[in-house]
Amino acid sequence: MKDYLALMFGMVFVQNFVLNQFLGICPFIGVSKKRDSAVGMGLAVIFVMGISCFVTMLVYKLVLLPLRLENYLDIISFILIIAALVQFVEIVMKKAAPDLYQALGIYLPLISTNCAVLGSTQMKLVDYSTLPLSEALLKNTALGAFGGIGFTLALYLMASIRERLEIAPVPPGLRGIPIAFLAAAGMALAFFGFNGIV
Amino acid sequence: MWALLAMTAMGAVLAFILAVASKKFAVETNPKVELVLEALPGANCGGCGYAGCAAYAEAVALKNADPTLCAPGGAEVGLAIARILGVTVDVGKARFVALCGCQKKDVKTVAVYSGIQSCRGASLFGLGGGWLDCRYGCLGYGDCARACPFGAITMGPDRRPVVDEARCAGCRKCSVACSRNLMTASPITRHIHVRCHNRDRGAMANRMCAHACIACKKCEKVCPADAIHAPNYLAEIDYGKCIGCGKCVAVCPHQVLVNLHPAREPEPGATAGNAAPESPEPVGVGAAASPASRQGDGEP
Repeated sequence: MKDYLALMFGMVFVQNFVLNQFLGICPFIGVSKKRDSAVGMGLAVIFVMGISCFVTMLVYKLVLLPLRLENYLDIISFILIIAALVQFVEIVMKKAAPDLYQALGIYLPLISTNCAVLGSTQMKLVDYSTLPLSEALLKNTALGAFGGIGFTLALYLMASIRERLEIAPVPPGLRGIPIAFLAAAGMALAFFGFNGIV
Repeated sequence: MWALLAMTAMGAVLAFILAVASKKFAVETNPKVELVLEALPGANCGGCGYAGCAAYAEAVALKNADPTLCAPGGAEVGLAIARILGVTVDVGKARFVALCGCQKKDVKTVAVYSGIQSCRGASLFGLGGGWLDCRYGCLGYGDCARACPFGAITMGPDRRPVVDEARCAGCRKCSVACSRNLMTASPITRHIHVRCHNRDRGAMANRMCAHACIACKKCEKVCPADAIHAPNYLAEIDYGKCIGCGKCVAVCPHQVLVNLHPAREPEPGATAGNAAPESPEPVGVGAAASPASRQGDGEP
């Protein structure tokens, strides 16, 4: 339990994907104009990161390690797996849960090959692969989901800031993306204060 | 060697799973929805009253919504949709364009405003009056211009919205955005407009603005068609009766009434609308068979 609490705090605040590791910057800037879409995107990221971490750990432990391919085939096979997985989930969701598809559907393809998702599967892959299979799967899935929560937090904060910036008297040359980057830099500095806690 | 085999096997397994899933979990969609969506301009302006082009396409194809509601697409898209659905539509409606109901000339100001640079922000200021003396006038921070999805509204140097009628699609996003409800969309064939919303009594309105309607009723007296009246200290035109003679415009002492006819070029769309009864287009009668056959081809 203590492990998971530390993992949660670490992934959400200390090692936040966007603000500390600079992964997933494209959706962070692209989908942070409105809070509604930020929440939709965030939920999709939590979902995809969780299941990607689960499946990639499974493949890593059961296919790559026994065949001794783990050193050079992990990234390329994970890209393939994540892309296919997202596609699969999209097809199933469309049929089984049309309401959920309405809410998340347009964001799912956007993150299928996102660096934050790939990064989350790589992050503790080697460390956790020494654990027994069930524990490794659980921990890696938790890592992915918490990483997604951290991403959602950053995205939601950014969207809130940008909604305010829309009506603020910003100098013409800085309007839009430039002021968003300045705000992101301030947020990243603030999150830097969490460093060393976990 | 193992790497090659492993990747190939993985790819094959994933491809198989996806193939099975796409067959097993296939969602049956009406092909008409896709066709209608393709025919729509895709601006997602919401002028039709639906949440976007996709929602409107669904409503048209499945719930018998009116196919002529797409303002940006106009008659062309209306006809295209009718062809897809195999129905007959009346596209003789003139195009709608936006017009600001305030001329914003010589309005007296009561204060200097330096808050949030938007009309909505400014309208909260000073007992709801904004920094203008007139409670009905244009505040000039361009909420309408920002709301326009077609870039048809620009703010002039005197902070007045200027509508580019060639670009305006009549989607009414600006009228939703305007905190003073000044922007209205009306058929481009209507040329006489009251460009003031001030409902204060004449003397008060006169003190605030040199171009306010003071309800002097000169227009009422001169109108040959009994189409213009000023019941609540503001002139109103009954467009059912208005013949567009422009006599009221000539007598208005405050130039509140405007005749846009000289400024507007004769529109091909507008004349086509009037000429429609003479040359009715045979929509849906001959064309009804084509979508059905197209569907038949698509189904193996």
